[in-house]
Amino acid sequence: MADVDLSEPEKVYILHSVQENLREDGRGCEDFRHMEVETGLISNTNGSARVRLASTDVLVGIKVQLTPVDPKKPNVGRIEFFLDCSANATPAFEGRGGEGLASEITAMLTRSYSCFSAIDYTSLCLLPGQQCWLLYIDILLLECGGNLFDAVSIAVKAALFNLRIPNVTMTKDEGGIELDVSDDPFDFKRLDVSGAPVIVTVNKIGHQHVVDASEKEEACSLAKVMLGITEKGTVTAMKKEGSGSLDSESISEMIESAKNVGIELNKCLLNILKEEEAKIEEPVGFLR
Amino acid sequence: MAGMELLSDQGFRTDGRKPNELRRIRFKKGVFKQADGSAYLEQGNTKVLAAVYGPHEIRGSKGKALHDKLLINCQYSMATFSTQDRKRRPRGDRKSQEMTMHLKQTFNAVVLTELFPKVQLDIYVEVLQSDGGNYCASVNAATLALIDAGIPMKDYVIACSGSFVKDTPIVDINHLEESTAGAEIIVAVLPRFDQIVFIEMNSRLHEDHLSRVMDQVMNGCKDIFNILNQQVKDELCKKAAIDKLVDAG
Repeated sequence: MADVDLSEPEKVYILHSVQENLREDGRGCEDFRHMEVETGLISNTNGSARVRLASTDVLVGIKVQLTPVDPKKPNVGRIEFFLDCSANATPAFEGRGGEGLASEITAMLTRSYSCFSAIDYTSLCLLPGQQCWLLYIDILLLECGGNLFDAVSIAVKAALFNLRIPNVTMTKDEGGIELDVSDDPFDFKRLDVSGAPVIVTVNKIGHQHVVDASEKEEACSLAKVMLGITEKGTVTAMKKEGSGSLDSESISEMIESAKNVGIELNKCLLNILKEEEAKIEEPVGFLR
Repeated sequence: MAGMELLSDQGFRTDGRKPNELRRIRFKKGVFKQADGSAYLEQGNTKVLAAVYGPHEIRGSKGKALHDKLLINCQYSMATFSTQDRKRRPRGDRKSQEMTMHLKQTFNAVVLTELFPKVQLDIYVEVLQSDGGNYCASVNAATLALIDAGIPMKDYVIACSGSFVKDTPIVDINHLEESTAGAEIIVAVLPRFDQIVFIEMNSRLHEDHLSRVMDQVMNGCKDIFNILNQQVKDELCKKAAIDKLVDAG
């Protein structure tokens, strides 16, 4: 994150404008910034997506791999999140500099996807008790412009929507069951993402709260609540962060607005993804 | 590799190119706002992002500073999903560290380092998709990022790879050719001075063939240079024309 140094008057300006429900960039408190979503850019992956939320830039690639099931959960597939903070975003991420932030974000993602209805985990299991799919969801953070958690979760959902899992044929051998993964690129199945959550971060600024805070607004906020919200409005995960404290009444207000925004966000995202898929043009990606 | 011919009898390579043909090059400068300079470059299926920060004060221990010239700091990393089989770590492995060193050497040769004593320049390269020629694409992308950042340089640095198949030199080799063809030559040049700043060869090649491959690779570098230079100039002219209009009110 490029360090934002705000002077006292600047902070006061942002604080006052938020109280008036007219933020410094002209948005209301529950408005998102301009967002671009694109899927299928990386042909080496089974599913990929790029999300650009104002100047926050996230690229997600998913690779699938056959793996033995977790003995504690023999009937379900597995997913694994990995986030890399690219030094392209800021020199502070060079070497191992981004690892703290990375583990924070992956922990939140893992928590919101650990809910059983998030994706159809049983469909990822091929042979109960033996083999299942492992989804490696690899996230690359390319530029930080505020509201990283939300952008990352949107990109993950878009990539899951784009995911094409090759079909597997099973043949019974004398030694056991043999799995044969199809190498035909058009022989695949999709994953139902209607239950997948997006993370909505609500920042408390003064007496008001805002969603999709810019870096400047994040610098003015003392506490934020992050929630994983599904299309139906179910909360799958929740976390409070920041140095400030919140009273329970304001938390329930924040949850309420996060829910409203989250439901709308999920709907819009799904519409955009379906629209994009109907197009035939090849993705432009970073050449735009 | 049985049943697979890197060069068909008709003289075409596996992806349909002629021996001296490059892959499609597309690029864009200034993809990021926060970096001082950035560029995205595609050479066929190899896709690379480069960002440049600086020149700025030395980060970390001041002891690293060079009293008479600029310190160039590089980092090469590959996205975990960039390769055919998933990588476990994006950086820090031997190969990436070697690549980092190579990039550092290459750009030390071309940036006018004596103009910026006691400060530091960061060049970060991120490979998003890898299909052979990672070093070449990284160098070319980083050159563009440096141009975007306005860092004074002697010339472009352009890198290109080549190999030798069936008595024919081939240029800009892809992953398949890299892994099956045998010898691989990687060269980085200053195209306007005809100087070589980096050269590396893997595996073996008969001495008699070396000069032919080298010539072909040098030609490849020239071709890449022309492509990049043309677009950079066009963009600059367009920008200048707009600025002129703005100035004229």
